[in-house]
Amino acid sequence: MRIGVLTFPGSLDDVDAARAVRLAGGEPVALWHADHDLKDVDAVILPGGFSYGDYLRAGAIAARAPLMQDVVARANDGMPVLGICNGFQVLCEAGLLPGALTRNSHLHFRNRDQVLTVERSDTAWTGDYATGQRIVIPVKNGEGRYVAADADLDRLEGEGRVVFRYTDGNPNGSSRDIAGVTSENGRVVGLMPHPEHAVEDLTGPSTDGLGFFTSVLKAAVAA
Amino acid sequence: MIDTVELAAKSPDDEQPWAELGLKSDEYDRIKSILGRRPTTAELAMYSVMWSEHCSYKSSKVHLRQFGDLPHSDALLVGIGENAGVVDVGDGYAVTFKVESHNHPSYVEPYQGAATGVGGIVRDILTMGARPIAVMDSLRFGRADAPDTARVLPGVVAGVGGYGNCLGLPNIGGELLFDDCYAGNPLVNALCVGVMRHEDVRLAKAEGLGNKVILFGARTGGDGIGGVSVLASETFDEHGPAKRPSVQVGDPFTEKLLIEACLEIFAADLVTGIQDLGGAGLSCATSELASAGTGGMHVDLDTVPLRDSTLTPAEILMSESQERMCAIVEPAKVDAFLAVCRKWDVLATVIGEVTDGDRLTVDWHGERIVDVPPRTVAHEGPVYERPMTRPADLDALQADDAARLPRPSTGAELQAHWLAVVSSPDGADKTWVTEQYDRYVRGNTVLAQPEDAGVVRIDEQSHRGIALALDGNARYARLDPYAGAQLNLAEAYRNVAVSGAKPLAVTNCLNFGSPEEPEVMWQFAEAVRGLADGCRELGLPVTGGNVSLYNQTGDVPINPTPVIGVLGVHEDVRRRIPGGWRADGETVLLLGETRAEFGGSAWASVVHGHLGGKPPVVDLAAERRLGELLAGLPGLVSSAHDLADGGLAQTLAESALRYGVGARLHLDGDLFTALFSESAARAVVTTGDSDAVRTAAAAAGVPVTELGTTGGDTLTVDGLLELGITELRAAWSATLPALFGAPEIAVGSVPAGTVPTS
Repeated sequence: MRIGVLTFPGSLDDVDAARAVRLAGGEPVALWHADHDLKDVDAVILPGGFSYGDYLRAGAIAARAPLMQDVVARANDGMPVLGICNGFQVLCEAGLLPGALTRNSHLHFRNRDQVLTVERSDTAWTGDYATGQRIVIPVKNGEGRYVAADADLDRLEGEGRVVFRYTDGNPNGSSRDIAGVTSENGRVVGLMPHPEHAVEDLTGPSTDGLGFFTSVLKAAVAA
Repeated sequence: MIDTVELAAKSPDDEQPWAELGLKSDEYDRIKSILGRRPTTAELAMYSVMWSEHCSYKSSKVHLRQFGDLPHSDALLVGIGENAGVVDVGDGYAVTFKVESHNHPSYVEPYQGAATGVGGIVRDILTMGARPIAVMDSLRFGRADAPDTARVLPGVVAGVGGYGNCLGLPNIGGELLFDDCYAGNPLVNALCVGVMRHEDVRLAKAEGLGNKVILFGARTGGDGIGGVSVLASETFDEHGPAKRPSVQVGDPFTEKLLIEACLEIFAADLVTGIQDLGGAGLSCATSELASAGTGGMHVDLDTVPLRDSTLTPAEILMSESQERMCAIVEPAKVDAFLAVCRKWDVLATVIGEVTDGDRLTVDWHGERIVDVPPRTVAHEGPVYERPMTRPADLDALQADDAARLPRPSTGAELQAHWLAVVSSPDGADKTWVTEQYDRYVRGNTVLAQPEDAGVVRIDEQSHRGIALALDGNARYARLDPYAGAQLNLAEAYRNVAVSGAKPLAVTNCLNFGSPEEPEVMWQFAEAVRGLADGCRELGLPVTGGNVSLYNQTGDVPINPTPVIGVLGVHEDVRRRIPGGWRADGETVLLLGETRAEFGGSAWASVVHGHLGGKPPVVDLAAERRLGELLAGLPGLVSSAHDLADGGLAQTLAESALRYGVGARLHLDGDLFTALFSESAARAVVTTGDSDAVRTAAAAAGVPVTELGTTGGDTLTVDGLLELGITELRAAWSATLPALFGAPEIAVGSVPAGTVPTS
């Protein structure tokens, strides 16, 4: 199973995402923002970092990278896409996910081990979790406050598109404690916390993040 | 009208602003005698920045030679003199690490000063051919509740985090300490560590006639002009002009691209020499490259890409615009080099070439404006044997013994003093700071703050890794700079050892007052002598370092602050020892000997506002025995935490608070001494097999005292006091948020400098 990891100028957690794919039993494939070449991957991860230095708005420039046109097209055909942190910001800027990520309410960059509640276990990236399960994975961002108009939030909630909610504390002031959302078809998931940093006992607060990467191996087969 | 070499030869008596550029009259005379004429404006600019204290080490050089005289170490692949030293950590891996100050810029403009401090040290590490893998920061501010600390600290922390986070480098530890002496002169010392294979080490030299000089990275602007001479080599005073234009502005995104481009350029073997542009900018890079090489160098200054077309040639040569590097490239490889830069959107320009002969020449608009022997600029600057005097107040200070201070005697008093030390700004929880740093990126961080040492995996297959600690207790160094430097070395060594690593090499950042004050110069010389002697005794090489002088406000210098970094190696990071207690029912053992030593202690400072007496006795042989014992303990102990500032009281609290596991303890002898003495060469370990630890300790010659058993939700000292973990945590974790704002409450009131301007 080939899982692409897209590197933009300023991507930082691409090596981590590739490692997580490998530990889950997949084959990580490096993708370059400037190429129109998805290299026959079965799914794509947009990793964390500061693509283009977060200039203009976080994710705004990367969302217009050449390869993102291919990602959007394939995503609309059902290819699983995961956006982590900056990748989530890119997905929102690219219109694949609703809402926007703005500066944390307290204005600080914040890195902590965060409890999340899994609200949906039927997306391409969460099949190995149970609905209602609590997981601990790191969160680290300066612009991670999820916002959308109230009506849109109501609609998202109604459609069950909130995948993760911050639990035992909201690290950035996100509306309704939303940590991650999904597309209508459940194939595209974006979240601010970093599952790729919780895949080894040695280096993470837990191995709770591994489930993202094992889930997609099955989901991509099923597709 | 451009001041050319030709013009300078014809107008020997023109007045020149050498004093404004920070040169002394005898230094100016020496430049004239080297050149056989007056310098041009551009040459004067180059000499002034390169002969500044910051670049030339003119006051410290005669003392620093002691580090070079240390016995040969097989571990040292590249020693002092290059951008950073390189150490063999086994399996063909080489590690380069260095700590550097950015004190003065951080006071003037906290966010950018600190950010570019990180950027500068990262480029030093990159220049050696290594991939930077982690950073650390050692910070000092004035009193925690002083108004100016509220201005400087949030900006510095946001700057260290803003730059390092955006580069994708985990911050794995450091220090945050407060003292009145830093009120007008905070210290911002940043460390970077990088890893490469042995064969990938790069050096800064220009060789090969006809090879091209390529400037790449950011455009050159008007920021940071004279940073090294005007800022770093002068004392601030209240009435002086604002020096903000001397501070550089950082762009970490460009630096991230520079890192990836450089690593790709190294991998394809496209450079023969490389140098970063830091302090003194192009003046430094060109003269150092040419000086270290075999030939000369010619630069056509018109080709330098500028942000501001009105810059004069002297300003271009002095600018400290960030995120720039200079490479020496064979003509046949230039196209490939430029192609890599294009891929990463890095601007790269051929600005000159390596020439025959031994001159560094620079042209501007077709005229020669610089024609100098590069060694006289880069490596043969002035060297001073500054006068030294033992501080007049030192005898009285040492006689003012902290042992005479009123001590707590009842359980309630002991408890109050314990809480006071643990919740003091120096002892308190540092989460307010470290939450602003990414410690996870790259996925190899095994231990990070609040652990004693940062531990990073460098090979995912073999599990080989490194440990790093930074320590710089200035109270000890004020009382006795020789012993103080050794105690800092000992603490960093101990912090690396408690993680289970084998200490391997030393770096340093020596922060002192004005070298023109004989008492400061004495403190500096004593600290260097102490560090050199200490390294000799521990068998560790000094791989390099940084000197920051003129850290004073008016005529009051800071306490001497030698910050010492120790690097250790883990053959298998899975065997690292964490610092906190995690399991109930384990035996708590104190390793090492406790004496009644309170001089310079946290207790004397926090409870009595006192600094006096002598610092704890230095016993490096005992440190070495403790270190060797700890190296053999992985598997036997489940936690290890060193004792330092705040003594056993601080260590027990931190061990318990890490995972919320308490302990029942019985302390024999004088309880006050047991809790608050700061005797060195000690650590607390917990174990399920105390007999085995005792046996190992006996064999190593390390005294063992059983303190009690872990478990419960209190720290209880039999028959005397009982501290609830919840109560302890509340006190410990409230201090910094109370001083600098609980982020959730701070919405709407933004401390100056906390919001990145980029």
